[in-house]
Amino acid sequence: MSNAAGVTRATLDKDLRLEWRSKDAINSMLFFSLLVVVIFSFSFDPTAEESRRIAGGLVWVAFLFAAVVALNQTWARELRNQVLDAYRVSPAPPNSLFMAKVMGNFIFVTVLQALMTPLFIVFYNLRALGPAYQLPIVAALGTWALVVNGTFFAAMSLRTRSREIMLPLLLFPISIPALLAMVEATGAILTGEFSAKFWIVLLAAYDVVFTIASLFLFGFVLQAE
Amino acid sequence: MKRVFPILAVLTGVLLSYALYQALVAAPTEQTMGDVQRIFYYHVPSAWTAFILFFINFFASVAYLIWRNPKADMVALVTAEVGVVFCTVVLVTGPIWARPVWGIWWTWDLRLTLTLVLWLIYVSYLVLRRFSSSGQTPLLAAVLAVFGALDVPLVYFSIWFFRTQHPQPVVGGGGSLDPRMLHALLINWLAFSCFAALVCWSRYRLEALRREVDETMALEALLEPRAPQTKTSRSGIAG
Repeated sequence: MSNAAGVTRATLDKDLRLEWRSKDAINSMLFFSLLVVVIFSFSFDPTAEESRRIAGGLVWVAFLFAAVVALNQTWARELRNQVLDAYRVSPAPPNSLFMAKVMGNFIFVTVLQALMTPLFIVFYNLRALGPAYQLPIVAALGTWALVVNGTFFAAMSLRTRSREIMLPLLLFPISIPALLAMVEATGAILTGEFSAKFWIVLLAAYDVVFTIASLFLFGFVLQAE
Repeated sequence: MKRVFPILAVLTGVLLSYALYQALVAAPTEQTMGDVQRIFYYHVPSAWTAFILFFINFFASVAYLIWRNPKADMVALVTAEVGVVFCTVVLVTGPIWARPVWGIWWTWDLRLTLTLVLWLIYVSYLVLRRFSSSGQTPLLAAVLAVFGALDVPLVYFSIWFFRTQHPQPVVGGGGSLDPRMLHALLINWLAFSCFAALVCWSRYRLEALRREVDETMALEALLEPRAPQTKTSRSGIAG
């Protein structure tokens, strides 16, 4: 167990250090979601009342698209110099590698959200009328839902032609319930019209189901030849 | 086994024509909706057939993950392809019926949305099969099928709750079904299931044949002596 945790920590450390030095993923995600915010703002031109209702959808679509940018880069680095092949022949458990990648992506997307949220608030004049303390919970559960499946499908699309297109094609259909839950929960909290409890429970269930499924099946995907 | 195929083909033909008669002539015309309701005899059996095919696809995928049997993978491929076709029929006939009856083409109702999401998941499944390199396709596809199956209950609950929060569309009242209508419906379902089985079976045979040919060609390429090539190169030098 300590071995598995050690591998996870080492891989996570390495990814975070690489990201800290290059800032590739976070910069491209930031700029991308900034573009989405601006373009949405132009194309819908909402009033404060309207934007409170549509903000949930807006925010999460921006984060979803931005997350795909980061997720596509997750494994590409490991393909150079056959790092992934070396990993396959090493005795290190596949799931520790997977968890390290998921945690890394989770941190990247969370940082992105922390940086983007003020911008959203400014551009769309947002103010939560419901219980605002639930927003971080929704954000954490929703990000985990996107990232756990996204990391898994990114590993799957490594084995395909035109893998960068493949990832969203696999990720979006499966993520529909999670996306619906995030959007509705955020909308519920911002408007304060109804409770977000059901959506938070659904998101938690989604996270548990797909985390377990990914841990069960990641070995297959890593060893696929 | 090969003799069963033409028998099934004939049976399917007979059943389909009888079902057509049942749906268009024998079944009584619905009182409020009129003749447009008859699309129901195609819409509902297609939906049931598609769901059964997706079910089989899931079990075949799990079987492949456990036993790595190429036949299970072929069953999964075939049922997904034919299932998507039937699901498309459902999604096309639905709006054609809904427009005159509900007054709208589409609504984000529970069953409609669930069918659409299923269709999306299985189209992404087929895209994955198309884009992955041949050796890994079965495994990746099986993994995706398991993910898709896990997703279905979550989609169900999310849309169920989504809809109960928002105003519901006015759906034609439940009521009881005329026994002749039920008869026409079940006959059509039987005919569609036979038809689906027939198509799946021919597609399965085609796939088996295709894989056999691929294997033979790969083997031949390995075993083929290089003689003719050296001959041409020699003549090339001589020329």
